[in-house]
Amino acid sequence: MSIILDKVNFVYSADTAYEIQALKNINLKIEDGEFIGIIGHTGSGKSTLIQHLNGLTKATSGGIYYNGEDIYDEDYDLRSLRNKVGLVFQYPEHQLFETTVFDDVCFGPMNQGIGKEQAQLRAFAALKSVGLPEEIYYHSPFDLSGGQKRRVAIAGVLAMKPEVLILDEPTAGLDPKGRDEILDQVAKLHEEQGITVILVSHSMEDVAKYVGRIIVMNQGEVMFDDTPKQVFGHYKELESVGLAAPQVTYLMHELHDAGIPVTTDATTVAEAKEEILKKLGR
Amino acid sequence: MGIIKTKGLIHEYIHRDEEGNVESIQNALAGVDIDIEKGQFVAILGHNGSGKSTLAKHMNAILKPTEGTMWVGGMDTAEDEHLWDIRQNAGMVFQNPDNQIIASVVEEDVGFGPENIGVPTDEIWQRVEESLKSVGMLKFRSHSPNKLSGGQKQRVAIAGVVAMQPDCIILDEPTAMLDPNGRKEVLKTAHLLNREKGVTIILITHYMEEVVEADKVFVMDKGEIVMEGTPREIFSQVDTLKAHRLDVPQITLLADELRKAGLPVPAGVLTREELVEVLCKL
Repeated sequence: MSIILDKVNFVYSADTAYEIQALKNINLKIEDGEFIGIIGHTGSGKSTLIQHLNGLTKATSGGIYYNGEDIYDEDYDLRSLRNKVGLVFQYPEHQLFETTVFDDVCFGPMNQGIGKEQAQLRAFAALKSVGLPEEIYYHSPFDLSGGQKRRVAIAGVLAMKPEVLILDEPTAGLDPKGRDEILDQVAKLHEEQGITVILVSHSMEDVAKYVGRIIVMNQGEVMFDDTPKQVFGHYKELESVGLAAPQVTYLMHELHDAGIPVTTDATTVAEAKEEILKKLGR
Repeated sequence: MGIIKTKGLIHEYIHRDEEGNVESIQNALAGVDIDIEKGQFVAILGHNGSGKSTLAKHMNAILKPTEGTMWVGGMDTAEDEHLWDIRQNAGMVFQNPDNQIIASVVEEDVGFGPENIGVPTDEIWQRVEESLKSVGMLKFRSHSPNKLSGGQKQRVAIAGVVAMQPDCIILDEPTAMLDPNGRKEVLKTAHLLNREKGVTIILITHYMEEVVEADKVFVMDKGEIVMEGTPREIFSQVDTLKAHRLDVPQITLLADELRKAGLPVPAGVLTREELVEVLCKL
């Protein structure tokens, strides 16, 4: 299973004075079971890109293939694609609306027409998988903390049993513990259920810690597409497009420049610690 | 007395059912005593729901104390006749730039506040020019705000506050929605206003890195101030911070891990330069 983007272009407000080419000639292959991070400055095309993956936005030209099927084919069932590719928008808690947490999570699967009982079973499993305690299932979602609300919203998408989970800045506005909790849960879903995860983030440290592959967007194009170590090795180019490497990567370069013979490709605290202890430990 | 001072500040949110009977009372602030000197750069940390934003809303009299007192520039916020003076004295910048910009041209947005309080036209233009200059956005004065990046929009929002000539600016998670470059721009602007114009800055944030250069840090939990000190004093207590659902900057964390692994690294290392220096001496 995979998602293939073949020469995808997208133009906003075509043939007007406000014409903007938001995506330029995007070629990507996303394999089943990957954990991918997408980074890029505001307006680089990240959100436009992910909206193509579940057919919310239609490419101006080019093709998208989900498991080998052309999603722009006349006979293709876009509704089923949206069930398979779950998209969690920025600040998803703004979309909560039901009177209880449980009803809110049931809404998606109920809409899929699988019957009330099935929907409830799925809602139960989804709420469990994001680590929410049972005593709040029948509370109003509006009485919860920011981090809890966000997990309810993610559960709402998980209850639709997606094969691919796309999260657009899932940790914006959360405290450090809340950030770790959400990303740990997502990583666990990826490991235990094999869901493909695509994480859009402004936090280089988070991306470095969790993903296996990073796609860097700049001005509607793919600038880099590689492992975190390789991508963050280009930290100077990243800076020129408004991004950065994790703090520890800079530190390793500075230690190296100061004459300590460390390798410079660490992107997490654990890697940096190991390398420094190897060279300086006794 | 400092520019912002509280004594035994308590704020209760009262939840009522449909008949107006009290269902529950939540103590968002449970007796806060702070005293912030004029000209300081102060940061407030705390997890979601710890009371930071409630405290901020007391600083420009959006909320009033249930018990205790809050003085802004010596004025008691509970007294209605000071309301406009307090709001002019303590300006507020919020998380989402799109919710704070109202005009269709940058300079008109910045001039809105002064115009509202009856500043003469010539002076309004003078203030607009100075404020836009102070946040480095003067060359965008005739642009439309919706074409700006997140960091630029947030700087326009700050300019709108600066144009009111406040003694103190409260920034409530101003960088939560921004990319790395936008975060850097906003932080730099806040420090510049503090250094060059002597504006007291109160920064509320979930990003530990942004606090490193503050004069003083307050940590809140359950509506109380639980820690207070310089960034170095605060960040040298890694485990205590984690217990309050917070974190330390990535470099501080690495230094702490190295120390626990036996390297003679002092507690509370804050910057890459410091850590490079320490490691080079080993």
